[in-house]
Amino acid sequence: MPSAQATAVRSSVLKAEHLTKQVQSPEGLLTIVHDVSLDIASGESVAVVGPSGAGKSTLLALLAGLDLPTQGRVLLEGLDLTRLDEDGRARIRAQRVGFVFQSFHLIPSLTALENVMLPLELAGHVQARLAALETLRQVGLKERARHYPRQLSGGEQQRVALARAFVTQPAVLFADEPTGNLDAATGGRIGQLLFEMNAQSRTTLVLVTHDHDLASRCERIVHMDAGGVR
Amino acid sequence: MRVLLLSMRMLSREWRSGELGVLLLALTVAVAALTGVGFLVSRISAAVSMQASQVLAADIRLESPQPIDEAELAMARQNGLRVASAASLLSVVFRGDQSQLTDIDAVTEGYPLRGTVMVADQPFAKGRPARGIPPPGEVWPDSRLLAALGGQVGSRLTVGAADLRVGRVLISRPDQGGTFTGLVPNLLMNAADLPRTQLIQPGSRVTHAALFAGTPERLATFKAALRAHRHPAERLRDISSTSPQIKSAVDRAGRFLSLASLVAVLLCATAVAMSARRYVGRHLDAVALLKTLGATRRLTLWLASLQLLAVAVLAAVMGSSVGYAAQAWLLYALRGLLISTALPPVSWSPVGMGFLTAIALLTGFALPPLLQLSRVPAIRVLRRDIGPPPPLLLLAFGPAIAVILLLIYWVVLDRKLFLGFTVGLAAFVALLALTGALLVMAAGRLRAGAGVAWRYGIASIRRRRGDSIVQIVAFGTGIMALLLLGIIRNDLDGDWRRSLPADLPNYFFVNIPAASRDAFIRYLQMRGARTSRVLPMIRGRLTAINGRPVDTLRFADHRGEEFATREQNLTWSAELGADNRVVAGRWWAQADEGEPLVSISTEFEQWLGLRLGDRLTFDIAGETFKVRVTNIRKVKWDSFKPNFFIVFAPGLLEKVAGTYLTSAYLAPGAAQSLAGLARQFPSVSIFDIDDLLDDVRSVLDKAVLAVQSVFAFTLLAGLTVLLAAVQSSGDERRYESAMLRTLGASRRTVLKGVLAEFAALGLLSGLIAAAGASVAAYFLTTRVLDLRYAFSPWACLVGLLGGGFIVIASGWLATRSVVRQPPLTTLRADI
Repeated sequence: MPSAQATAVRSSVLKAEHLTKQVQSPEGLLTIVHDVSLDIASGESVAVVGPSGAGKSTLLALLAGLDLPTQGRVLLEGLDLTRLDEDGRARIRAQRVGFVFQSFHLIPSLTALENVMLPLELAGHVQARLAALETLRQVGLKERARHYPRQLSGGEQQRVALARAFVTQPAVLFADEPTGNLDAATGGRIGQLLFEMNAQSRTTLVLVTHDHDLASRCERIVHMDAGGVR
Repeated sequence: MRVLLLSMRMLSREWRSGELGVLLLALTVAVAALTGVGFLVSRISAAVSMQASQVLAADIRLESPQPIDEAELAMARQNGLRVASAASLLSVVFRGDQSQLTDIDAVTEGYPLRGTVMVADQPFAKGRPARGIPPPGEVWPDSRLLAALGGQVGSRLTVGAADLRVGRVLISRPDQGGTFTGLVPNLLMNAADLPRTQLIQPGSRVTHAALFAGTPERLATFKAALRAHRHPAERLRDISSTSPQIKSAVDRAGRFLSLASLVAVLLCATAVAMSARRYVGRHLDAVALLKTLGATRRLTLWLASLQLLAVAVLAAVMGSSVGYAAQAWLLYALRGLLISTALPPVSWSPVGMGFLTAIALLTGFALPPLLQLSRVPAIRVLRRDIGPPPPLLLLAFGPAIAVILLLIYWVVLDRKLFLGFTVGLAAFVALLALTGALLVMAAGRLRAGAGVAWRYGIASIRRRRGDSIVQIVAFGTGIMALLLLGIIRNDLDGDWRRSLPADLPNYFFVNIPAASRDAFIRYLQMRGARTSRVLPMIRGRLTAINGRPVDTLRFADHRGEEFATREQNLTWSAELGADNRVVAGRWWAQADEGEPLVSISTEFEQWLGLRLGDRLTFDIAGETFKVRVTNIRKVKWDSFKPNFFIVFAPGLLEKVAGTYLTSAYLAPGAAQSLAGLARQFPSVSIFDIDDLLDDVRSVLDKAVLAVQSVFAFTLLAGLTVLLAAVQSSGDERRYESAMLRTLGASRRTVLKGVLAEFAALGLLSGLIAAAGASVAAYFLTTRVLDLRYAFSPWACLVGLLGGGFIVIASGWLATRSVVRQPPLTTLRADI
């Protein structure tokens, strides 16, 4: 584990300033995230934990630029995401961000290999196929490259999702409950793989989870409750 | 370029996974139905026109009292048309001391350009096709001429100054005319012998005709040039001016085929819309994910558009091939029905139209939902309840409505019909949507009281309220179109068959003297002939309309001019024939006898621009008759009974010397006694219209074939709509079935629930479709196709039960595999 001193000298890669997210609901204005500020250093791994409905996933969406805050701003590598339009944020995601989701979100009509190739193709990589095959090898699924998601087990699907997330060598990886849909043993192996790959690629990791084991492997744990950070 | 490559790669992946299957299938069937109908219609219309052309012995016929200008013939040859000439004149033909006034037709090599000359070796015998025209030195007199002169094959006849040998007996020639312009026997000879006869002298009354035949495009060019250059005395005749029987058959078939192909187009549009809806529904997550992975909205839009374009191209190629194969197979399978040996070759324009239609359908019906798809936010990857923002109403429905309107107009090309069709369609769709909404509202009450399967099925209707309404509209439109087509097809087919029974009069007898009228009819009846009504016939000329001489009037229709300048056949009658219907004014009563009243046919009314109450002046045998138009009749010319454009009230023309006219059916054996009849009543002219009837029957056979084939294509299109509609909610249904089975429901219960839902949707759409089809059929048969409409309770029953059955069956087929699958497979696939 890196020392506190080492963390301090690392430069900031993701910064949230006074983030608030409110939505209209039948009961009136609902505040889901309330005045959250965070500063995450390059290469750092941060776990966001808290009870269901605490606003963890919404915070993740705001940090990743999938959604816009009602107030505050998000700086990714110094770039203010809140000042970009949807397409501008999409371009940043293509270049700098990777995702892993609880329900895997593989495209059912594409094979494992094609799913991993997809972000490379979107970014215009020429050697998408080779890179994707290599990453699939790293997650131990090279032999199943031609299988469709429905032909894979849950654990295998999440490994494909991990390969897809790391294949572009993102600056920041966002993971939303990556083991939430898996049994304990498989979840453990996926967590192991996630941290191994993260260490290899020196990617910054922002992880939303209920899994205490997984959270404890992160350098920092942020506790959320009722939309705020404790 | 990168986007193009990427979209092609993604397309091939989607294609492999079967995701695009339904959309491609819907579009392929659409194009197949359209191009199949297009190929068929173009070939069969051409065949029908060709058949009709035989009555002219050409596609176009130019007639003049002067020899036809050589320059015009040369122009035709330059235009790539085939050309022949004919000269027709009246002269007395001798055989020894015997003589007979004869219509002599001298023709050149190539005659007839359309149709066949039939000859035999005996008078009144069954004809066989002749090869070519009479060689020089030979003539082919018809049966009546030979009977009158007492000659046979090998006899020598004197025609003018020439002595010519009888080579064959002329049984029929294509242009002998169903309109009875010649009342005398006929003789066909080679034009090369004409100078030798010295019959043509200055002042001789000769009708010169130039015959032209060729491809429609070349004919159109030539016709336009001819209209601009022809001499005033020249008269141009084409299919539109041939016998009214064939024209009305061609018109009806044409109108029906247009409507049928339009129905196929609209059905396909519905199928495409439903498949696109399903495609979009299934791709919301994928697009959200693409955006999460960094795809811009522009890129997702491009990807979808390029994929659609590729699908359109693929569907156009596959659909056109299927369409071509289908029409080729159909024509092969039904070749026995076709009398003519060969159909004209395929016109390739339907392929272009098929492709344009595929693009138009996709643009109108699939692009708007795809635009919506590109607006799905990336956040959907975390929150599945978030979809794309609701579209602008104009954007969602505007392109589809525009495409529908354009397609309808493109097919009907008639403002009145277009308005009627679109307003009717809009009203019907609105009615279906309203009923669907009512069903959804009522579903809550209907749920109570029945078993779990029924409750689950009805609850599904309410839960998917949007989908349910869309499905009712799609099912209803599909069933309505099929029923409507079925009703009209029966009406059309029945009407045609009724109008041409086997014992239809096949001989016309003209010039029956008043004194021997009764003896003549008795003679016929004794020989087993079934005679129709006997009407007087008087020749007369129309000289003025409302006091203005006709030669100072201008007529909008060129046929009006021909009517006004030619001698007309007139009659009088106290009774209105069963094949006549008064459409304006009233038929005369007994009290009107001797009043100066006249009845005119709708053709006469339109071509001369006449109205009820107009005063007409006729010159009949030197005497002037002033009469008032009292009524206008619609005449069914294809009854083959004596009918006249102009009928006088009784008590006016009796004093004028005239002859009588009748028609009769003679069985093939009885026809032999006609030689005796010709000798006993020498002044009576006999017209054998068996060949003309055969022509008309052949035209109708082709038209019926076309109608049936179009029906088959439309049926296919309709079934695709049903399939698309059922599949559009298939995924959700699949998931629910799996859930229910997981909770312990048996396969049977789940299946019963699905069937209950489809039964409710199917029966309701069938009911409205039957009502809609009956109303639409009434308007179409009476207003567009000029047929009698008979309400058919069977149609309603078939609509209700058939609609219900088809929908239930489609639903069962679509969900059967799901119910059979272990629920875990479905649930896992959905995770």
